[in-house]
Amino acid sequence: MKTFSGKALFLDRDDINTDEIIPAKYLTENTKQALKPYLFEDMNLEGFNNKKDLQEKSIIITRENFGCGSSREHAPWALEANGINLVIASSFARIFKRNMFNCGMMAVELSPEVINRIFSVFSNSETEIETLFDESSFTLKAGEIKESVNFEISEFDRALVMAGGWVEYADSRY
Amino acid sequence: MGKTIAEKIFESHIIDNPCDDIYVIRLDAVFCHEITTPIAINDLIARGKDRVFDISKVKAVIDHVSPAKDSKTATQGKILRDWARRHKIRDFYDIGRNGVCHAIFPEKGFARPGFTIIMGDSHTCTYGAFGAFAAGVGTTDLEVGILKGVCALRYPETIRINVTGKMQKGVFAKDIILSVIGLIGVNGATNNVIEFAGPVVSNMSMDARMTMCNMAIEAGATCGICAPDMTTVEYLWDFIRDEYKTKEKALEAFQILCSDPDASYAKTVQHDVSSLEPVATFGYRPDNIKPVKAMEGTKIDQVYIGSCTNGRIDDLRVAAEILKGNKISDSLRGVVSPATPKIYRQALDEGLITVFLEAGFCVTNPTCGACLGMSNGVLAEGEACASTTNRNFIGRMGKGGMVHLMSPATAAATAIAGHITNSKLFNGR
Ligand code: SF4
Repeated sequence: MKTFSGKALFLDRDDINTDEIIPAKYLTENTKQALKPYLFEDMNLEGFNNKKDLQEKSIIITRENFGCGSSREHAPWALEANGINLVIASSFARIFKRNMFNCGMMAVELSPEVINRIFSVFSNSETEIETLFDESSFTLKAGEIKESVNFEISEFDRALVMAGGWVEYADSRY
Repeated sequence: MGKTIAEKIFESHIIDNPCDDIYVIRLDAVFCHEITTPIAINDLIARGKDRVFDISKVKAVIDHVSPAKDSKTATQGKILRDWARRHKIRDFYDIGRNGVCHAIFPEKGFARPGFTIIMGDSHTCTYGAFGAFAAGVGTTDLEVGILKGVCALRYPETIRINVTGKMQKGVFAKDIILSVIGLIGVNGATNNVIEFAGPVVSNMSMDARMTMCNMAIEAGATCGICAPDMTTVEYLWDFIRDEYKTKEKALEAFQILCSDPDASYAKTVQHDVSSLEPVATFGYRPDNIKPVKAMEGTKIDQVYIGSCTNGRIDDLRVAAEILKGNKISDSLRGVVSPATPKIYRQALDEGLITVFLEAGFCVTNPTCGACLGMSNGVLAEGEACASTTNRNFIGRMGKGGMVHLMSPATAAATAIAGHITNSKLFNGR
C-alpha cells in the first residue's frame, strides 16, 4: 500500500484540468517516472510555481471537479512520480477518480463546507496530514491547530488501495 | 426478457463482480500498438510482472508512425518490438508488413463474432463491425489485459440505431455515421454500446460496417456493434472454415449471438437516410456537420484519404473512380494512404494506385501518419484538410490546422475542385 500522509499543497481553484496537471506534449514519454519534472507545468494559478511549491508535498487539497478534461492516466502518474498519492477535493472528474484508485492512489471527496473550512483554517500555514486508512479519517495539523475529518470511499476502491492498484489487485485475484 | 448482442457477449464473459456496477470479463484478444503500449510494458517491467497472459491472444503492430520519423518514435517501436520478440508474440507486424491497427487486425481474421477485445486505442470500437464487443481502454487496463486477459467494465446498455431508407447516389457509410453523430451528439452514447441495425446496415460491406463502428466513439460509445450475418461469414471464411465446415453452420452459430427481438434498449433511434445528402464537418467537433452543399467553396490546402475509418479497398475504389482521368487542383496537395499492405497490393492490382499517381496524389505506405498529425502530411498553421479520418479536434492534424471530415468520394471530388464540393458533380456513385 502507498503512503498517504505528509505535507499538504493547497490549490485554491475549481476545475483544474488534466492539461494543467500534465501537458499533452509529454504523453510520448515511455515511463511514468519521466513525467516527474512536468507536473503542473501549465498550472493556471496566480503565484504558483511548480518547481518551488511542490517540494516535499505529498498531498493536494483542492476544490471542485479536479482532473477534468482529457482522461489521460498520465495525470495520476505525474502525481505519483512526485510522491503525491492523495488528492482531497470537493469533487473529481469521474475518470480521473477511477484512474487514481486504479493506480492504488486515493481521490477523496469531502463536502464543500468541510473543504471551505480546511482552506480557511489551514491553507496559510504549513499543514501536515496523517491518514488513518483503517479508520477512514485524516488528522490535519498546523502548529497548535489540529482537526480530524472522516472520509468515505467505496469497498472496491478500498480493496484497490490495499492491493496497490488494479494491476496488483487483478494479478493476485484472477 | 431478451438481451442485446452486447449483453449476451458481455454476460458470457463475466468472471467477477467486485463491486456494484463493475464487472470483470475474460478477454479473447488484446491488441497493441507502439504509442500506448510501451508505457504499459515499462510499467509491467517495473512491477516485476513482464508477462503475457496468452501469446496467441495478444497481437501487436507498429502503425502510428511508420517508418519511425525520429529517435522518440524509433524508441517506441523498439520497446514494442523487443517485447514482442521476448515473449514470442507470433502476430507482431513490424515495419514492412504493418498497417493501421484497426484495418490489419480484422484483415488477419482476429476480430470474430462474440469476441471480447480491448486495445489502448479509442477506435478499438471498429471491431464491433464483426459482432464483437470491443473497447478502447487506458494504460492500466491494457496492462491488466496483457498480464491477465481480463478487463473491468461497466455493464453495457445498448442504444439501437435503425438505419432505413434508400441511400442516394454519392452517400456512403461515412455520411451516415457522421449524420448519426450529428443527430445524437458527441456525448449521445457515452458509456453505452451503439448497435447499428436495419436494412441499410445489413446491406453494407464489412468495410462500410467498420467505417460505421469506427466512429461510435465519436458519439461517446464504448463500442459500436453490428449483428454478424452472411457478409461477416464470407469475410471471415478463410479463417473459420476448419472450425465450422460450412458457411451455414458458421452463420447459425453466429446468429445465436444476435439481439433478441424483445431485448431492451436504453434508446432506439430511427434513422431514415433516404433524404440524407453527403455531409462534412465544419468545426472542431465531429457532431458539427453540414451538408457538403452548404460548405461548397470552402478553401482546402490538403486532401487526405486513409486511416482506420476510410483507408480500405472500398474507399480507395470509390475515390479512384471519381479521380480517374482527372487531375487534382493546383491549389492543394493530395495524400492517400492505403491502410494495409494487402489493400495497397489490391489497389496496385486494380490500377487504383496509378489513378492516384496520375491525378497527382502522393501515395504513402500504410500508416496512421497524418491522421494524428505526427507524419506524412502534417498541416501548417491556418491550413485546412479535407480528410477521410475520424477526428477533427483542434490541432489533430497539426497545430493550428482545421480538419473537415468527409467520405472518400467527397474528398476525391474536393481534390479535383480545389475546394469542398459535392461528389455528385463528378459522377460519383
Ligand atoms: S488511423 Fe488515426 S484514428 Fe485510426 S488508429 Fe491510427 S491514429 Fe488512430
